Amino acid sequence: MRLEDDGQGGTQAREVRVLPAGAHALLVELADGDHAEAFHAELLRRRERGALPGVRDIVPGARTVLLDGIDGIDGIEDRGGRTTAARDRLARELVSWTLPPPRREVRDAVEIPVVYDGPDLAEVAALWGVGADEVPALHSRTAFRVAFCGFAPGFGYLTGLPERLHVPRRTTPRTRVPAGALALAGPYTGVYPRPSPGGWQLIGRMVDPAAALWDPGREPAALLGPGTRVRFVASRASVPVPRTETRS
Amino acid sequence: MTPVRGGLLRIVRAGALTTVQDAGRPGWAHLGVGRAGALDAPAARLANRLLGNPPGAALLETTVTGCAVRPDRTVVAVVGGAGCRVTVDGRPVAWGAPVRVPAGAVLDVGPALDGVRGYLAFAGGLEPEPVLGSRSADLLSGLGPAPLSDGDTLPLGEPADGPPQGPTPWPGAPAELVLPLHLGPRHAWFTAAALRTLTTAAYRVSPHSNRIGLRTEGPALERARDGELPSEGMVLGAVQVPPDGRPVVFLNDHPTTGGYPVVGVVPETALAGAAQAVPGTRVRFSVRA
Repeated sequence: MRLEDDGQGGTQAREVRVLPAGAHALLVELADGDHAEAFHAELLRRRERGALPGVRDIVPGARTVLLDGIDGIDGIEDRGGRTTAARDRLARELVSWTLPPPRREVRDAVEIPVVYDGPDLAEVAALWGVGADEVPALHSRTAFRVAFCGFAPGFGYLTGLPERLHVPRRTTPRTRVPAGALALAGPYTGVYPRPSPGGWQLIGRMVDPAAALWDPGREPAALLGPGTRVRFVASRASVPVPRTETRS
Repeated sequence: MTPVRGGLLRIVRAGALTTVQDAGRPGWAHLGVGRAGALDAPAARLANRLLGNPPGAALLETTVTGCAVRPDRTVVAVVGGAGCRVTVDGRPVAWGAPVRVPAGAVLDVGPALDGVRGYLAFAGGLEPEPVLGSRSADLLSGLGPAPLSDGDTLPLGEPADGPPQGPTPWPGAPAELVLPLHLGPRHAWFTAAALRTLTTAAYRVSPHSNRIGLRTEGPALERARDGELPSEGMVLGAVQVPPDGRPVVFLNDHPTTGGYPVVGVVPETALAGAAQAVPGTRVRFSVRA
């Protein structure tokens, strides 16, 4: 697999590892998150134009993409899990693909109004070496992208923060994080689609109820599906308003 | 809500854990939505087939203790999966074959005598609101109908005209759970000794197993490298090894991404046995090429 030169400093071909994940799935491991993004985008393009038959699930990870349900096996019995021909054919094929570099346009970004008033705001500010009042600007000027989903339906792992702004998880997870909470952990930013336990650092909350993040009756069900560009918009008007976490 | 034409099923005794299941919701893993669906898929399909239902019609999955229900119209039902005693208004009726349940009568699915998960299917199926094309309860994500409580009601579907099919042998619960295993994607994270241990040691089904995963008890698998993986996609049947070193076989409600290494993957066809293996059952992993 080659990543095409993007004319901005020469992206070179990087190694890709194709690992089996059972008889009907491949785990494709890329050099880093950017390469995983480019590969994921290429898979979606190929599926869009009907050039990727017989793959049920395309599941991006931090630096991998899982191709599951290869050969149209769709919850139906396989033959003892021994039919690996389609999997192996795809494994051979995809290493020869040439990938255009990911496009970095931000015009289609989903904008999410947030209030930066989370209980861990001061701790995050301290880890960043800034004042708490500087966190909103630093965070909201970041161009985020949903690298992958997991943890709960509609929970996106957003990348984009520079490494100096990465923070560890809390040493003690909270037993309940409210829906709509804006949180940081490691390289990721996330917004909780529903109340759940959580160990991430809470720096704010969505202005609107969190229902919009996940609605299985809507197409698409997840507002923050893989590949989606995201910007958080600091809502100044609401900054001094009391927290509304306990709202159900 | 649309008018119910097929009648209602009332849950008289929900038992330890009774959920609505069908063929699940594959194809949504990229949004963090798991497969769900009947754990013993062949047993669920067979119960439906005996009633002339489509193979993926929604039914009840019981856990160890069975359940009891009362339909408000006469229905034909099949109890399959884990072996158990079945009664209608206290009178013994057939297990594993179509049974007529008169309107207002109580169909009781007794505790499992053999296996773990029972399936209670009705001609016409159950019809709670589907979510993303499936009526299955997903206990990890909370999608689909909540686990049933005493007094809950569920809409019954209209029986199809399809001819019921004749009896077919039901496999019993495995005395020993043999799980074929395709190594990878992360078997290189384990020592050669650990891979030998995996295929030779006496593992047993842990009582902490659930719809998310079959947990095992036995020797810990030694890692060849430390740390966690950056989150990556997980498949049904993945054998994930958490920090305690005991393999966990991912079942239908498994998380869609995870950070612990997957030593190998058990084919879907072998997971029906995992759904029925009672705690303490011996587990043997058998590596396939």
